[in-house]
Amino acid sequence: MSAELLTLFWDSFVETLIMVGAAGGLATVLGIPLGLILTVTGPGHILPRPVFNRSLGLLVNALRSTPFIILMVAIIPLTRLLAGTSIGTGAAIVPLTLAAIPFVGRLVEASLREVDAGLIEAVEAMGATPLQIVRKVLIPEALPGIVNGLTIMLVSLIGYSAMAGAVGGGGLGDLGIRYGYQRFMPDVMAMVVVVLIVFVQIVQSLGDHLSRALDHR
Amino acid sequence: MIVIENLAKHYGGGGAVGNAVEALAGIDLRVEAGEIFGIIGRSGAGKSTLVRCINLLERPSAGSVRVAGRELTALGDAELRAARRDIGMIFQHFNLLSSRTVFDNVALPLELAGVDEAEIEARVAPLLDLVGLAEQRARYPAQLSGGQKQRVGIARALANRPRVLLCDEATSALDPETTRSILSLLRDINRRLGLTVIVVTHEMQVIKDLCDRVAVLDRGRVVEQGSVFEVFTDPRHETTRALIRDVVGQELPAGLLERLAQPHLSTGGRLLRLVFTGAAADAPLISVLTRRFGLDLNILHGQIDEIQGRPFGSLLVLMEGVAERRDEAMAWLVEQSIRVEAVHVG
Repeated sequence: MSAELLTLFWDSFVETLIMVGAAGGLATVLGIPLGLILTVTGPGHILPRPVFNRSLGLLVNALRSTPFIILMVAIIPLTRLLAGTSIGTGAAIVPLTLAAIPFVGRLVEASLREVDAGLIEAVEAMGATPLQIVRKVLIPEALPGIVNGLTIMLVSLIGYSAMAGAVGGGGLGDLGIRYGYQRFMPDVMAMVVVVLIVFVQIVQSLGDHLSRALDHR
Repeated sequence: MIVIENLAKHYGGGGAVGNAVEALAGIDLRVEAGEIFGIIGRSGAGKSTLVRCINLLERPSAGSVRVAGRELTALGDAELRAARRDIGMIFQHFNLLSSRTVFDNVALPLELAGVDEAEIEARVAPLLDLVGLAEQRARYPAQLSGGQKQRVGIARALANRPRVLLCDEATSALDPETTRSILSLLRDINRRLGLTVIVVTHEMQVIKDLCDRVAVLDRGRVVEQGSVFEVFTDPRHETTRALIRDVVGQELPAGLLERLAQPHLSTGGRLLRLVFTGAAADAPLISVLTRRFGLDLNILHGQIDEIQGRPFGSLLVLMEGVAERRDEAMAWLVEQSIRVEAVHVG
């Protein structure tokens, strides 16, 4: 493989890292509160708001059911507003984040729902406020599950980022399509796949490791 | 300390009273300061709902709940949270946070109340000593046995120095030996701290070993209440009798029952249960009956027990002899303050 190609490879890898890192970070910061709100406003939970909960759930489902490639082009005006441009790696972060937020929200919600209602009852009996229940019980108890959810989200984002080429986002997936497929360079394609597999393995192992370290059950 | 008046709780049914499920109705209870009060019933009798109404984890549909003179149902959210700090609670499944160590679990109610760190250390350490878990302070609940978990639960419930401790089936998930050790810890805490304790259970043994007074709950209503001794020695309601039978074995073997249902009953034998309490438990009852009244007594079943430190015995006898002499003997027994019950077989 030529030096030129290697540089290209490295640049693509960095683009993937940037897209997955930035979108993953933003989706974590915004998705966890979303998951919390979905949980606590749900029926029978600590702050039930049925109408609000159902509306938010619908919105989340709508975002989740839109295929990523369509979402990416559909929100180009929003991307231009937020990233200043509609093409490039920076621009690809916007749709990636928007797709990952509801995903994280649902995964976090699922983890939070697993927290035993008895624990919530026990701290309610101690005179805890709803905010204290969230901070002292829900999040710490669900943390191993939340970490698992975030790992799943990162792995999914690595997959989604391969489509970012459609808006000039670059990344390993784009490299594979443009060189491996369109220019008939199967070695590049194979290399892309191998690097992605290794990358996903590393992310998954780190996530599993962290989740286990946090889990005292 | 706790006064419950005309408490009712129903679920569901929306506005229509017709479809609502009535969990509790017309509950009146008064628990004095410093006593251990038991609430017993079969599963589904409403006892867990009742105990949850005392700290308003369940909001009663009607009626009043006063704890330490304060009407809880009238309090706003913030006041209720403050009032709950005065009421500790322990649970069947312990409900400890798996993410926190023993120490941090016990510290939790203090953190919630905004107590500072130095004070938390000063208060949690003696509590861990009290429940015998000082060595386990850095462990996580998953590393503890059931009995140890409940001890953490007890220490946690005591952290805010409550005046009332609610125990919801606190020993139901524990083996008999661990149950005894938890009961003796509760008894010890009750005496040392003068804490008022409410014990909800389906196990009569727990009531017998721990409580001063008891209320029997059946289908959402209190069907009987009184001192544990009274209720045990003279149960009035069928549910109470059924619950007591589990502890005080008065069931006769099937084979014996069959034989009793046969001939000699018709020839004038009478099957009697003699219940004697206090001093009467020591009297040489059977020999007096034999000599003075010339009766034959066949002892079929007997046991002696101690409830709240008072002896209590029961004998199941087959009494045979002349009818008038039998009546005299029974009158004499009643004079000796021995309760005589005719037992019907079949």
